[in-house]
Amino acid sequence: MIEVKNVTKSFAGRVVLDDISINFEQGKTNLIIGHSGSGKTVLLKCIVGLLEIDKGEILFNSTDFTRMNFKDKKEVRKQIGMLFQGGALFDSSTVEENVRFPLDMFTDMLPHEKRQRVNFCLKCVKLEKVSKLFPSEISGGMKKRVAIARAIALNPKYLLCDEPNSGLDPMTSLVIDSLIKEITEEFNITTIVNTHDMNSVMEIGDKVIFIYKGQKMWEGTKDGIFTADNQHLNDFIFASPMSKKIRSLAKGGGI
Amino acid sequence: MIRKGLFFHIGRYFILMKKVFAKPEKHKIYYQQFLKEIDNLGVNSLGIVAIISAFMGAVITIQTAYNVQNPLLPSYLIGVAARDSILLEFSSTMVALILAGKVGSSIASELGTMRVSEQIDALEIMGVNSASYLILPKILAAMVFNPFLTLVSMVVGISGGWAIGTLTEVITTQEFILGIRYAFIPYYITYGLIKTVVFAFIMTSIASYYGYYVEGGSLEVGRSSTRAVVYSSVVILMFNLILTKLLLS
Repeated sequence: MIEVKNVTKSFAGRVVLDDISINFEQGKTNLIIGHSGSGKTVLLKCIVGLLEIDKGEILFNSTDFTRMNFKDKKEVRKQIGMLFQGGALFDSSTVEENVRFPLDMFTDMLPHEKRQRVNFCLKCVKLEKVSKLFPSEISGGMKKRVAIARAIALNPKYLLCDEPNSGLDPMTSLVIDSLIKEITEEFNITTIVNTHDMNSVMEIGDKVIFIYKGQKMWEGTKDGIFTADNQHLNDFIFASPMSKKIRSLAKGGGI
Repeated sequence: MIRKGLFFHIGRYFILMKKVFAKPEKHKIYYQQFLKEIDNLGVNSLGIVAIISAFMGAVITIQTAYNVQNPLLPSYLIGVAARDSILLEFSSTMVALILAGKVGSSIASELGTMRVSEQIDALEIMGVNSASYLILPKILAAMVFNPFLTLVSMVVGISGGWAIGTLTEVITTQEFILGIRYAFIPYYITYGLIKTVVFAFIMTSIASYYGYYVEGGSLEVGRSSTRAVVYSSVVILMFNLILTKLLLS
């Protein structure tokens, strides 16, 4: 479980996260939604310690990550798998080497054990056949799947995904969403996903948090979104003409 | 990169170096990276070093011959001057400046691209000391391999001088050999190699600093690459002066 308590973060006097408190539950896919620039990525980077917070606490299993020393932080980070927006795969390494990297770095596994683990991770994301290719030789969707495989290589307790569906077609997005959901449930990990894709919300959102201008505006389940009375949330969800039409039809009992 | 003062950069450079020289997570992985960097930064620079050294040796010989066209001055002085210029200055400093351009820009753009594409963040989140993992093998590879490049440059430079000297008939082979053996001080080679090791550290660490702290996008990667070359060249020249004063006075 990850708890964010009263976290504030600003850049050059501009407040990006304003006194945010959220509990991210274990075994569930916790979705952070919000407009571009609302502070979702900054929150994710604060959670993993890539950015230092100004105020507040970030607790991993009740231990404050922000007050840990460098060594303890490193230990916690080994339990975190993170999927970046662009995949962040190492360009000079093959798919197999990318997935094997955390195993090489942090385990004393034998070569055949590593091979087995890499094959298992690639099988989880259905990419066994591209193991010898370089990131530049595979598609955007495949890159994200490889990044997921790398993220789960060390059996993480926490999986953090920053806009996993950005730049992907709806079908590929669905595949990525299903993978995240499957991995979360199968390994009982705490998953946090940043997204502004409403399809993802409906597909995998066990818990949904809406952030608006650095503040937590709403928290609930995916089913509760459509009945929420938060104006900013409604504006965000029903931004497209089609969704507005569906909503008006729904309100009028047309569908 | 955000405009910040000189002391900010100096301070942040030393903080980075502290991270770079921290205890490696896994020696085996670092050793593999070190071998890769030897190939990337060292072996791949052999060609350019050899070509430039041959031409520079030839030019030094012709220019010296032009300046000692005096019946009172013996011809073997051309060999002496070519040897001393190459050993004392050219093979260490000039080659370092050339490599600061080639290797420095390559390091800065590689690390800069890794930074903007979040690969460095990915390493940090995995719990890897990204500074040490990415930079330490580069620094060590350059410090180990560049002295070899300098020795190659010395040999090729003097050979280039001899070749052009005899081809253009400004000096005979016997006179050139007499020149390069005349009043030879072996310490000049040691001096050149000491400078090379220091310059290797300067060029790789400064280039790494500018690459590692890139902020922004691809435009900034290009700018940081240029900055890396400019600042490492200036620092190399400053240290050339300091080392010359310390080692030769």
